[in-house]
Amino acid sequence: MTSLTSAGAGDDLKIWLTKRTRWRGAEIVFWLACLLPYALTPDYLQLASQIAISALFALSLDLLLGYAGVLSLGHAAFFGLGAYTAGLLAAHGWGEPLTGLAAAGLVAGVCGFLASLIVVRFRGLALIMITLGLAQMLASAANSVSWLTGGADGLQGVDVKPLFGVFSFDLWGRTAYAYSLAVLFLVFLLVRRITNSPFGLSLRGIRENGVRMAALGAPNQAHLRKTFTIAAGIAGLAGALLTQTTETVSLQTLGFQKSADVLVMLVLGGVGRLYGGLVGAIIYMIARDQFSDMNPEYWFFWIGLMLIGVVVFLPGGILGGLSLLTRSWKRRAP
Amino acid sequence: MRKSIFGVACVAALLATGAARAEPTVKIGLIISYSGQFADAGLQMDDGIKLFVQKHGDTVAGKKIVFIRKDTGGIAPAVAKRLAQELVVRDKVDVLAGFVLTPNAMAAADVSAQAKKFMVVMNAATSVIITKSPYMTRSSVTTPMLNETFGTWAAKHGIKTAYTMVSDYGPGIDAEQAFIKGFKDAGGKIVGSVRMPVANADFSAFVQRAKDAKPDAIYIFVPGGSQPAAIGKAIVEQNIDRKKTRILGQDVITSEGALKSMGDTALGVITVSNYDYNHQSPKNKAFVAAYRKAYHRTPDIFSIGGYDGMRIIYNALKKTGGKTDGKSLIDATKGMSFESPRGPVSIDPKTRDIIENVYIRRVEKVGTKLKNVEFDTINHVKDPFAATAAK
Amino acid sequence: MLGSIAGVLYDGFAYGMLLFLLSVGLSVTLGMMNFVNLAHGAFAMLGGYVAVTLMNRLDWPFLATLPVAFLAAAAASIVLERVLYRRFYKASDLDQCLLTIGIVFVSIASAAYVFGTEQAVVRTPAWLQGSFVVGEQTFGVYRLFLIVVALALAAGLVGLLEFTRFGAKVRAAVDNQRMARGLGIDVDRVFALTFALGCGLAGLGGALAIELVGLNHTFAFSYLIYVLIVVSVGGLGSIGGSFAAAALLGVSTVAGEYWAPQTGSFLIYFVMVAILMWRPLGLFGKR
Repeated sequence: MTSLTSAGAGDDLKIWLTKRTRWRGAEIVFWLACLLPYALTPDYLQLASQIAISALFALSLDLLLGYAGVLSLGHAAFFGLGAYTAGLLAAHGWGEPLTGLAAAGLVAGVCGFLASLIVVRFRGLALIMITLGLAQMLASAANSVSWLTGGADGLQGVDVKPLFGVFSFDLWGRTAYAYSLAVLFLVFLLVRRITNSPFGLSLRGIRENGVRMAALGAPNQAHLRKTFTIAAGIAGLAGALLTQTTETVSLQTLGFQKSADVLVMLVLGGVGRLYGGLVGAIIYMIARDQFSDMNPEYWFFWIGLMLIGVVVFLPGGILGGLSLLTRSWKRRAP
Repeated sequence: MRKSIFGVACVAALLATGAARAEPTVKIGLIISYSGQFADAGLQMDDGIKLFVQKHGDTVAGKKIVFIRKDTGGIAPAVAKRLAQELVVRDKVDVLAGFVLTPNAMAAADVSAQAKKFMVVMNAATSVIITKSPYMTRSSVTTPMLNETFGTWAAKHGIKTAYTMVSDYGPGIDAEQAFIKGFKDAGGKIVGSVRMPVANADFSAFVQRAKDAKPDAIYIFVPGGSQPAAIGKAIVEQNIDRKKTRILGQDVITSEGALKSMGDTALGVITVSNYDYNHQSPKNKAFVAAYRKAYHRTPDIFSIGGYDGMRIIYNALKKTGGKTDGKSLIDATKGMSFESPRGPVSIDPKTRDIIENVYIRRVEKVGTKLKNVEFDTINHVKDPFAATAAK
Repeated sequence: MLGSIAGVLYDGFAYGMLLFLLSVGLSVTLGMMNFVNLAHGAFAMLGGYVAVTLMNRLDWPFLATLPVAFLAAAAASIVLERVLYRRFYKASDLDQCLLTIGIVFVSIASAAYVFGTEQAVVRTPAWLQGSFVVGEQTFGVYRLFLIVVALALAAGLVGLLEFTRFGAKVRAAVDNQRMARGLGIDVDRVFALTFALGCGLAGLGGALAIELVGLNHTFAFSYLIYVLIVVSVGGLGSIGGSFAAAALLGVSTVAGEYWAPQTGSFLIYFVMVAILMWRPLGLFGKR
């Protein structure tokens, strides 16, 4: 019987968390499958790299939305901040990728912390619109300081040096994909650790019932700020990856379209399931690429149908819907 | 008509995969904004390309021309670069072409330079693009070619003071600076300048400010779409005395759609352009008739960029005898000259950029329709940026 | 200077009235049923294109197309509500977002396919064009028309809400849905009708918008942000809130353009964030 004494409850918690952090078979298969493009589709590595970057971006939003319950329509602000940090460093002589990446994550994280001081006090529609508003203000400012950002034409002269001094970013995207995938995997491990820790559990508690959590003595605001900062930092890493693998930065990285796209990808995959953002990014970007090839003018139509179809047949996103289906299938099986 | 694009894309894709086993081909990768905000420009460009192939056949120098179409969705340099890379690496194209938007052209230029592929920019108008790859040429126009020339012309034709109103983004700022340079160098005085938000909906406040400055002329640059008509209406609403203050602008503000929206209020607006469907030459009349017949629309600057871009590719291929490597094609392009529906066109052998006529037009009523009537021509205009850089 | 203040207020208020028409429907339905309908702009776009088609293909006069734009958008909303939306009232907010964004994408592509990608061109009647002068300031005629129409509709809506039984049912459903059901009010029917009314108004707004801000196939997405701003600043479920927020947004947009154009769209978002920080539920919102 579950004891209510702190020692007993703590042990149960540890057991539960340990169970959750064990790697399931499907996960191992997933990550191994990520290496397949090198063998099966070597012409698609540049696309794979951009999918990995979007997946990382979606993962950062999942931490915010799926675990902390904070819906941000301005998350691209941090993506863009990371992208421009890495871009500006590379354009002004500091082209080393890894330090640029770290710097970008840091800048985005700091800005995330500053933003969180305002943002986490709000919930609901106000929160959504405030995040949107702050991001749009940043985008507008970025357009105005075109002497720094290159304005609408984008930043020019971004010169990224080879990774480790050896692997240059080539036309085939071999280095780009390895780099993006590695960063994605490492950050994923980190996020997995965070969400399956007591901190992660308290985030879920805040998402489900903030008032109760506060009554239990949980420091809601502090937790949310921490989460927001981490999510912002990760988004910044994703932005920097995009800059470094394409040697381009433009105002699009900060825009509303980007914030909306990543939200769509995350919800498509399934919120709060760690892999939702990854699955959503993969499916959305591959679908977009394929539909766009087939029908350059009207691919929007097919993507829209796909989104509607997912909501109708797979409520809770792809992973959410699949888990419902497997559960009902398991129940039916003898 | 639009479904046929789908069909052509399918056929092109099939051809592209089967081409290696079939007859020799020249593969042209088109990177164009087929969807989103700039879809209209993209579709017009594509129609210009298709019309050229329809008229001149799809075989040049013994090789078949095959297109692979990729959509950028709008301003998306990371996407444009990836598409260019995929076209080169996966589809093994020989030529990269299209490019409605400057950021996309700049990003793809890296690929052109790295992979040594011939690249034809069919619209993007920023001067510096041409320097990004030694295998690139342009079939459209540059913003300074039009606006600096216009500024000089305005100062020499009785306009002493001007107020500029441009949208606050790359092309707008380029146009403003080019116009001001040309205008001031020729003795004009700028009494005020304003930069308006790109996604602006309502121009009344800005036009009011311009009116308050009482200039001889107001120079306007806004992106195509809804804005030209909107600013035209604001000008009417603010009751600007058109005899005292002339309205000047780049061609977008008096495009066909804008003229239809503005109606008679557009009469007397003076604009600068490198092409208008009303250009009075037999070649143009034939071109416009063929375009209207095939696509039920009037050609515009995007159409002619696509059409002449294909002319450049065909001429270059004929000259190289079918050789498709970047160096051969660009060398064949340098110094090329031909008669386009827009007028005489040539490619500068040093800068690889386009040299063409620039026309000053005024909106007049021709019969019952409003048209841009050319009344002054500046011949053989080169891009001023490149001209000074070459010196 | 006085003249220009009057001009800015006038132009800003007119623009605000357009935003009001485009947004009021979403505010009421979001407040009533908590259904996140991001496709609201698609109904506006439909109304706009209906008006354009009637004017250009069938030579209808501009004024006659307005009620048809309203009805077309309302009818489309009834169909969509029955066929699709009704099944998702209990779904999560995020699923509703995804569904309606999917509908936006489909509508944008369909608009491009059916109506083309060029700007829609309309010729409003001569008596609606031009301007009139008061003192030193010129005022556009079309904007006056827009203001009059919007004020009349706002008055009509308030009248509907305050003085009719249907209005009482709407208010009850917005305030406390469960209680309203408990009292025997057919909330589903009330919602369906309110939804139709709201989308119809959006369609009307779309038709009126063409002359002021233009119309093309991306309209459904490009005006989404402004509608969301009005709805959040005004407060969910409040007509007065939408009116005030729209007017405020319109005036600050135009004021910013006139007095600080280099700030671009910065000002609008700044104003929005400031107001929401001060009153997170919106100016007149209750929850």
